[in-house]
Parts: sequence; C-alpha cells; structure tokens
Amino acid sequence: MMAFLTLLARNRLALAGLLVMTIVVVLALITPLLPLADPDVTDTGNRFVPPLSPGAWLGTDHLGRDLLSRLLWGTRLSLAVGFAAAVAAATIGAAIGMIAGFYGGRVDNVIMRAVDMLMAFPYILLALAIVAALGPGLINALIAVAAVNVPFFARNIRGITVGIANKEFVDAARLSGLSNARIILTEVLPNVVPVIVIAMSTTIGWMILETAGLSFLGLGSQPPQADLGSMLGEARSALITNPHTSVVPGLMILVIVMAINLLGDGVRDALDPRLKSGALSRPMAATRVDRRGAVPAAQDAGAVLDITGLQTQFHIKDRVYRAVGGVSLSVKPGECLGIIGESGSGKSVTALSIMGLVASPPGVITGGAARLHGDDLIGMPYRQLRELRGRAVSYIFQDPQATLHPLYTVGDQLIEAIRAHRPISVRAGRARAVELLKAVRIPNAASRIGNYPHEMSGGMRQRVGIAMALANEPEIIIADEPTTALDVTVQAQILALLDDLRRSRGLAIVFITHDFGVVGQLCDRVAVMYAGKIVEAGPTRAVLDAPMHPYTARLIDCVPELGGGKRRLEAIPGLPPVVDKLPHGCAFADRCDRVQGLCRAGTVALEHTGNRAVRCHFPVNERQAAE
Amino acid sequence: MGRYIVKRLISAIPVLFGITLIVFLIMAMIPGDPATAILGSYATPENVAKLNRDLGLDAPLWQRYFIWLGNMLTGDFGQSFALNRPVLDEVLERFQATLILAGTAFVLCSVFGIIAGVISAANQYGFADKAITFVVLLGISIPSFFLGMMMILWFSVNLRWFPVSGMWPIYGDRDLGALLSHLTLPAIALAVVATGVVARLSRSAMLEVLRQDYIRTARAKGVHERGVIWRHALRAAMVSIIPVLGIQAGFVLSGAVYIEIVFQWPGVGRMLVDAILTRDILLVQGGVVFVAACYVLFNIAVDVAQSLLDPRIKT
Repeated sequence: MMAFLTLLARNRLALAGLLVMTIVVVLALITPLLPLADPDVTDTGNRFVPPLSPGAWLGTDHLGRDLLSRLLWGTRLSLAVGFAAAVAAATIGAAIGMIAGFYGGRVDNVIMRAVDMLMAFPYILLALAIVAALGPGLINALIAVAAVNVPFFARNIRGITVGIANKEFVDAARLSGLSNARIILTEVLPNVVPVIVIAMSTTIGWMILETAGLSFLGLGSQPPQADLGSMLGEARSALITNPHTSVVPGLMILVIVMAINLLGDGVRDALDPRLKSGALSRPMAATRVDRRGAVPAAQDAGAVLDITGLQTQFHIKDRVYRAVGGVSLSVKPGECLGIIGESGSGKSVTALSIMGLVASPPGVITGGAARLHGDDLIGMPYRQLRELRGRAVSYIFQDPQATLHPLYTVGDQLIEAIRAHRPISVRAGRARAVELLKAVRIPNAASRIGNYPHEMSGGMRQRVGIAMALANEPEIIIADEPTTALDVTVQAQILALLDDLRRSRGLAIVFITHDFGVVGQLCDRVAVMYAGKIVEAGPTRAVLDAPMHPYTARLIDCVPELGGGKRRLEAIPGLPPVVDKLPHGCAFADRCDRVQGLCRAGTVALEHTGNRAVRCHFPVNERQAAE
Repeated sequence: MGRYIVKRLISAIPVLFGITLIVFLIMAMIPGDPATAILGSYATPENVAKLNRDLGLDAPLWQRYFIWLGNMLTGDFGQSFALNRPVLDEVLERFQATLILAGTAFVLCSVFGIIAGVISAANQYGFADKAITFVVLLGISIPSFFLGMMMILWFSVNLRWFPVSGMWPIYGDRDLGALLSHLTLPAIALAVVATGVVARLSRSAMLEVLRQDYIRTARAKGVHERGVIWRHALRAAMVSIIPVLGIQAGFVLSGAVYIEIVFQWPGVGRMLVDAILTRDILLVQGGVVFVAACYVLFNIAVDVAQSLLDPRIKT
C-alpha cells in the first residue's frame, strides 16, 4: 500500500488530479456552511449580471440567481449522484458477477447471456428507455445510469470470481460445510473488493458525465434544483447573449472529469508492473550509441567483419547491466565463426549490436567498434545503417514463429525484403521470391509463397527466415540460434542447408548457439562467451579436442556423446553472475574447481598463443594445446 | 467468408430478440397505463378502458409482447400518437440524419484517432507524444454537449464560419455544400471524445506491437522506419484497434443524442428525447429497438472486418 502511494505520488499529473479532486470534494462538502446566497431564490431584476460583479462573483443566471452558489450546490449534487450511481452499479454488478462466477454452469450461462444482451445496446439508449419508463427526475436518472453500468461490473467481477472459485481455500471452505452464501461473503468477497474499487474509480468520471448528460437533456434533476448538467441545459437558451452562464457549469464538469481521469491514469500506471520495469518502452530504429573514450583501431584488416572491444549495456532505472563487456571478434570471407555460451552470456546481444538491433531503450552501446570492410557500423548515421541492414549483413533469428510477421504472407515478406534495397517491380520481386524459396529447398515454392507463417511448420518457417536473409546476397549472415526452436532432424537439415549456402556463395557466417554439437558440424572457429566476455577462442577442432578454459572444458563435458557408453553428464554447479554485479576478478571463479587467490585479485586478460586465446591464469590442457 | 457472415448473422438473432424483450420489459414498468397518459387525467374510466382495449393493452403481458413483436416483424412498429404517423416512417427518416452525423464522426474518430496514436507511439516520450497525450486527455474529459456549445459560440457566432444549427438552410438549396457546412461542427464535437479514446488505445496497442520480434526482423531486413511503423506495426496493432472502433461506434451513436439537441440536428436522438418528454411510448420503443438492432448489425460488420484483417481467425 505504501509503495503504491509513493508510486502514485511520483506521478505529478496524478497528484495534480488528486489535489484538484480533493479541493472540489471539500468545497462540495462544506457548501452548506459557506456564506452563500440561496441558490434557488430568483431575482428577475438582476438577471444575467456579468461575472466579477459585487455581490455575485460569477454573475447571475436567467432568473437572477447567484451562479457561484448554484455552481457549488450543483457540484455537490452532481458528485453525490455520480458517486451514488457508481456505488449502486458496483454493488449490484458485483453481486451478479460473483453469483454467476461462483455457481457457474447454467446460472452463469443465463446471467451472462442477459449481460451480453444489455451490452449490445449503445448505453444511452438503454438509459433513455429506463428514464422513459420511470419518467424524468434525478433519482430516475441515477437509476438509469447505474443500471446501464451494471453489466460492466458484472462481467469484470465474474471473471475474477471464476478464478477464485477454483482456488484451494474455497474448496477447503466447502469441505468444512460452509453454505454457499457464507463462502461468497467470507472467502470470495474480500478478494474481489480491490477489483471493485479500482473499477469504480475508473468509471465514476463516466457516471458523473452521464448523469450530467441526462440532466442536460432535461431528463434528470428538475427545477428549481439543479446539478451541473441541468445548469448547462438551462443556460443553453441564453448561450449567445450571455455565454458566462454556460461556461461556468461547463468548465466545472470539465475540471472534475479531467481530475478524475488524471487520477485514474495514475492509479492504473502505478498498478501496472510493466511500466515499473520499463518494459513498455518503444525500441528505437537503431540502438543508442554513447561511446566514451577513443574508438579502438581495427585488428584484422583482411576480415569482412571486425569487432573490437564492443561494449553494450542495458540501463534500467539506476541499474547498469553490462551485457557485453569488451568483445573482439573477426570473420573472414567464407568463414564460419561460432559464438557459444549459456543464455545470458551476451552472445545474442553481441550479434544484435553489430547492426544496432539491440532494443533501445534500455540498450546502449558504450564502446568499441564493429567494422564492415573497415567502415565502423557503430554510430553510423541511421540512413546508412539501414541500407546495409539486410543487404550487406543479414540476420536469421531463433524462433521463426515470432520473428515472421503473422499477418503478411511469406511471399509478401520476402518481396519486401528484396524491394527494401532494389527498385524492382512487385512482379519481378515475386519471381525472385520463388527462386529464393527454391534455393532453401521449400517444395512447391510457387504455391507456398501465398502461405501465412502460421500455415507452415517450424522447419519451413525457418527456411523462409533463411531465404529472407539471402534475399539480397549479403556478405555476412548472423544466425542467432537458428535451430534452437526446431527438432533434431529438422535441425540437421537446416545446418546442412546453411553449410551448402556458405560453400556455394562464399558467405561469411556468424553462428550463435549454446550447443557444441552444432558448432562442431559447421564452424571453422569458435569463441566461447561467459558473462559478457570471450573466455576462449580458437579453431573449432582444437578447442573441442583440448579446451583450455575450465569453463569450456565443463561445457564440452555437458554434451552427451552417442555411443560414448555410461558416463555421468556433468552439469556446471551454480549460475552465471548477474551482469549488473560482476565480480572484480574472473567471472567464473565462483563456479570453477581450479580457482585460486590470484583469480579473484584482478581482471584476467585474454592471452593469445598461436591461433588460440584464453582468459585464464590456470588453463587446462596447456601442453596438449601447445602441441 | 460468405458462410462466416451467415453464421454471425444467425448468431445475432437471439440477441435481437433479447433486445426487443428488454425494451418491452422496461416499458412495462411504466406506472399507470398509457391510455391515461394519452387521454390525460381528466378522461373518464370508460374512455380509458375503451382505448386500452383498442390498443390491445388489456391482454396479458406475454401476449402483448408477441403481438408487438409480430407486428414489428411485418414492418408495423405502431403509430406515434404525438406525431400521428407510423413510428417506422418517423424513425427511418430521423435515422438517416443520425447516420450522416454519427457516420461522419465515426470516420473522423477512426482516422484521426489512429493517426494520433501511431504518431504518439512512434515518438514515445518525445514532444509530439506529450502534446498528443495532453490534447487527448482534454478531449476525453470535455463533455461533448459543452464542447458543442462552445464551438457554436466561437465558430458560428463570433467567426461566422458555420451555421449555428440545423441540418439544412431554411432558405436555399439542399445541396452537398450546404450539408457539409451544417455538418462540420456537430460532427467534430461528436468525434472528439471517441478520437481521444481511439488515440489512447492505438498508442498502447502500437507500443505493445513495437516490442515484438517481427518488428526487429523488419528492421534487420533494412525496411525503412516509416514502413516499420505504418506497414508492420500498425497492421498488427489494427487487430486490437478494430474491436475498440466497434465499441466507439456505440459511443458515437450515444453521444449523438446530446449533439443533436445542441445543434438542433433532426436525428433519432432528439426524436427520442422529445418522445420521452411527451410520453410517446411506442415511438421510444420503436426508436430504441431500431437503433440497437442497427448497432448489433454494425458490430457483426466489425467482426467480419476483423476476420478479413487477421488470417489466423478461423472463418
């Protein structure tokens, strides 16, 4: 509760709404005590006195009645009626909803059918019909507004009750022999009250507006008594000659409803956990770049892609998560580089950082460079970066169910990928799309092109994803766990396809995975990542045969071998460190069985020996690796 | 698709019956009998009894319901005693005017609401977003009848840009230009609240969609940011925006009552309010049933539009 209030207080607009509402409510409450003129005493000699006149701050209306006094009394009445309607609607609606939700079955069916019928009306028609039946009058208008809002509460509360009715504590109450009525009152009701209160706070503004509306139409409060709506209705005939009589009550309604809306928004935001975590932020077109310090020089001139000292962080509230902490990699033309690591090791973020695809906010690239043929991609103007995306560097993502647009056919998505970089006609694009689908060995390509993603199998969808990556004959494909979501036979087919394409087209591939088996099949070289850093790198065969970093060794031990006989699969104890609280020394120290004092003393550097590199003071297999 | 439409239409039949039943039951709550209301309190008991018999009001409730329902199915909604003409004729004539007003407002709120929501989401926390959010908050808080009155005061009386009220000029041609000049202010006044609601929901629907993986795919393909927002994100967001548009149609139809009063628009809402004040019960009944039925049919059209837009919905 306190946390909720502080959150609410942090929202300045909501606070303003609360303040205004408090003032209005207090004024309405103390109206009878204020030294005001009688709101109903007419004085036809002093009709339409303008505002700011002595004795009548807001002027007088068409019968010479004091507007300030009428305004306050009217506000009092409008608030009371709106509040009463909200309470009535909430009580009756909640009762109906709880009964429907608790008993279920036929009771539920009949009640909810009736509720649906009521909701089929445009709400004011129903209110008008009720007022027509009961006759004009404030109480009747209140009944009409309450009745019209009952279905809304009934439906909401029913939904909540259905969830509660199946909980264990309700079963327990049933078993202990309590009557249904007792269970509803003692077990269900306390759990739905918060929902009722929230629903009420969001609808009370509507109710005030609706009753004011009925009064405005002459169907609510009857003269001489007046709420804000009927004040406005009466003033309408003098709108052109004496607008102040209309403006005064109209502005009051506006102020009240706006204050309630601000408050309601604040309550809703304070209760929405996604807003707290910043998960509702819209990712920008390219990741924000905020590089401190000098841009490091390129390491490998012959590479297509050369990443040097790349650092990517996530800034969430006051926390900084160092997802990528200075990664250097390079890929030559036609080469396949594997990046391997557990989830959270920063391998995907590294891959996405290259073309600025890390969601931002919260992602920020804070250092390093990623050079494509010597041109730095980090901090490149968006226009240039967009032209390279999909043309020079393309991506294949993990889950093709989520990464293909669900509402466009695969053909349209392929054609779009082609036309994003080449000014060709849709017809030519279609022919090219069929070619691409054939190239990734999709049978009946010409007819499959009209399929939506949900009409294809997972393997077929991933082939479409690969076809899309190939659309503009890129030099590099970055494949981010492309086979993780697929079953093993399909996985093998996809890997074979990628390998073929690489050999036939001279593609460079960066292949991200957590699976050493896959790396062994496809990659020339491999880099092992842990807690945002590369801990070991080298030719795939050499690393697999003689891993030097204890982490790599443990990771390889995790892979079961076919025909390897009975062997205990060694899981690595513990979890990778959280990247907002990285330890001072080696990040793996806490899980390592070779750890010594030196490991925790300070940063461990990546040591290069020949074509191998390792970030460890006490590597395993040192002699083997040297041979 | 044809089968889906037929299926939805059939499923609407019980709802339509329900609507007639609800309206009938509400009207049956009327204290006293309509004959007294028609003849006035000075009528003799004999005359009241005779009129009751003539109107079929001496039959039991359920019989009266089925007679009324049967008559409506043959197109006979009864006779308005205040206007002395068939209810259906009056309702059809008035509904045309309402349709022009509410239809225009609906188009306005859909188009401008969605555009505002998309721009707001695409510039989240930027200047455009804050400006739109503020205007939207103002829009959803202002009572449409007050806004209408202020618009008359400013644009019609002060600036003399538009006529003060009515649907047609009293003298002169009833052409499209005349209609548009009369329609502009009431349609805008009616659309403002709904536009605000649509803009808010479009904004949050867009923010939801923009975080999806397929948006990242579109960006990775090199699609221009404009295409990402309007082609990829909006298309997906429409799936959750369209049902909101259906609800807004109901709000626009409801709000039309106030606007018709403020602008003297000869629509069905003003007719209903007049009928209530003169206790012209058959006109109220007929008008409410007719408009509610149109709204139910409109919502079926919304569902059909939804299924056309989303291939994943099984039709």
